[in-house]
Amino acid sequence: MNSPRTFFLLLVALLVSCFGLAAHLEPQFQAWPGSRAKGDIFNVVLGDSRRLFANQFYVKADEYYHSGYYPTMFDDNAAFQTTHMAADTGAVNDKNHGDEHGFLGPTRNWIDAFGRHFFPDRHTHLDAGGPDDDLSGSDNVREILPWLKLSADLDPDNVQTYTVTAYWLRERMNNAAEADAVLHEGLRNCPDSYDILFELGRLYYESYHDPNRARNVWELGVRKWQKIYPTLDPEAQKDNRLIMEQLATHLAKLEEDAGNLPRAVEWFQAAQKVSLTPTLIQDQINRLKFKLGQELNPVLKPLY
Amino acid sequence: MNNIFAVAGVVIKELYRRKDFYVLFIVTILICLVMASVNIFNDAKIVRYLKEICLLLVWLSSLVIAITTTARQIPAERENRTLLPLLAKPLTRSQLIIGKFLGCWVACGLTLLCFYLFFGALSASREHQWPLLNYFQAATLHWFMLGIIVAMTLLGSLVFAAPSSNSTILFVIIGGILFVGRHLDQVALTLREPVRTIVYSIYFAIPHLELFDVRDLIIHNWPLIPWLYFSLALLYAVGYLAVFLTGACLVFRRKTVN
Repeated sequence: MNSPRTFFLLLVALLVSCFGLAAHLEPQFQAWPGSRAKGDIFNVVLGDSRRLFANQFYVKADEYYHSGYYPTMFDDNAAFQTTHMAADTGAVNDKNHGDEHGFLGPTRNWIDAFGRHFFPDRHTHLDAGGPDDDLSGSDNVREILPWLKLSADLDPDNVQTYTVTAYWLRERMNNAAEADAVLHEGLRNCPDSYDILFELGRLYYESYHDPNRARNVWELGVRKWQKIYPTLDPEAQKDNRLIMEQLATHLAKLEEDAGNLPRAVEWFQAAQKVSLTPTLIQDQINRLKFKLGQELNPVLKPLY
Repeated sequence: MNNIFAVAGVVIKELYRRKDFYVLFIVTILICLVMASVNIFNDAKIVRYLKEICLLLVWLSSLVIAITTTARQIPAERENRTLLPLLAKPLTRSQLIIGKFLGCWVACGLTLLCFYLFFGALSASREHQWPLLNYFQAATLHWFMLGIIVAMTLLGSLVFAAPSSNSTILFVIIGGILFVGRHLDQVALTLREPVRTIVYSIYFAIPHLELFDVRDLIIHNWPLIPWLYFSLALLYAVGYLAVFLTGACLVFRRKTVN
């Protein structure tokens, strides 16, 4: 019969060998290219399917933006092709058409008519007060943020998540510091994104009132756009014209505010090349040219 | 009525002796507290995601409690050989069924009370408001929906062989109604005859449990449901509940108990 001491020593030997084996294998496992332990928890658990969930949570944020009034896969969702929370930032190509107020259509039968009293049945936006239509409650738009954060964690390559999050943090929550952090995190994950640079420029210009940093960031955005745009397919090129128009018009506005009118005209002319409404921009150019002419001409004094 | 209340009392006692409710309640609390501790852009006022998670857990827990508790009532009596002695007392078969139903339904109501108190406290801790009437409407509709489910399960426990098969089939049916019940008529329109008529008939025949799911109204702070429609929904629930209970009584009347 073995003594307890033998068992104890065997146990210690087993623990030592386990520890030694783990210490030996761990560096090899870390160096192994197929290791999934390096990524975050979502990456390990979900793999590439996390992008699918990320999109789901992004849409969930838009559902919250509408306080639950949102079409299902059975409803007419033509008016919800682009999420409204993104379209309202002004930096996204809006592809929505159709009736956003009445996607449910006329009542189909008594069960449908009766059932509409038991779920949200009116189109509202959180930034416009939500179901109460109380504009003082526009900061309730904060409720979309958890889903956007989750979406960004699941799919760090989705640029729109960062720009939308930053826009609402800055615009309605007056939380420029957090918006700044979100955009910089976005830039770390998507260094070539001119959308993020545009939003960062807006943050510098509108929240920090720092035109020099805004100019630098927007000009970098334009350079990135000029580099990437020719490589895109025609459909993507169509979608990406809006952001260039926004970058150029914002730069024009910045130069005009700085009193640099010839440069402002140049930026408006650059915006005109990609704009869907060139005549409106031409009006701006004419206005600036007139202003420029006034500055250059000597001030005419009335004779009488 | 005394016989019915006596049976119901035993069912309620059974529920608070079992661990199902405590486990689900504690799990709900833990998950909600962990989710509440997440820092989202340093904003402590964000609450709706928390309300949604909490209500989802409340709904799941209540469905599990209602179905599993009810599904084992009659089969357990039969297995333990207590059904015959029970019916030998001055107790009719219908009284037994109604007593079991009442016990399970009241037990579900008590668990809902605990869950909704926790939910109210959780949302009040962030929102600093207590919309009692909205919570009352949501909890009452939820409870009446559970009444339909309890009656359905009781009928199922007399039709299907084992509690496990009964529970599984009911989870599938109830999940189906909650997810696509509202849209079944739209689905029917895309189908060919005679499947279209069959699906359309199913749409009108099934109890529309999704009517009682007013979570979105609570999460997003929508105004109260008009009291007329609220009362009509309760009547609708009572109607289906009576249909399933009558069915259960009729089936049990013809069933051999030994």
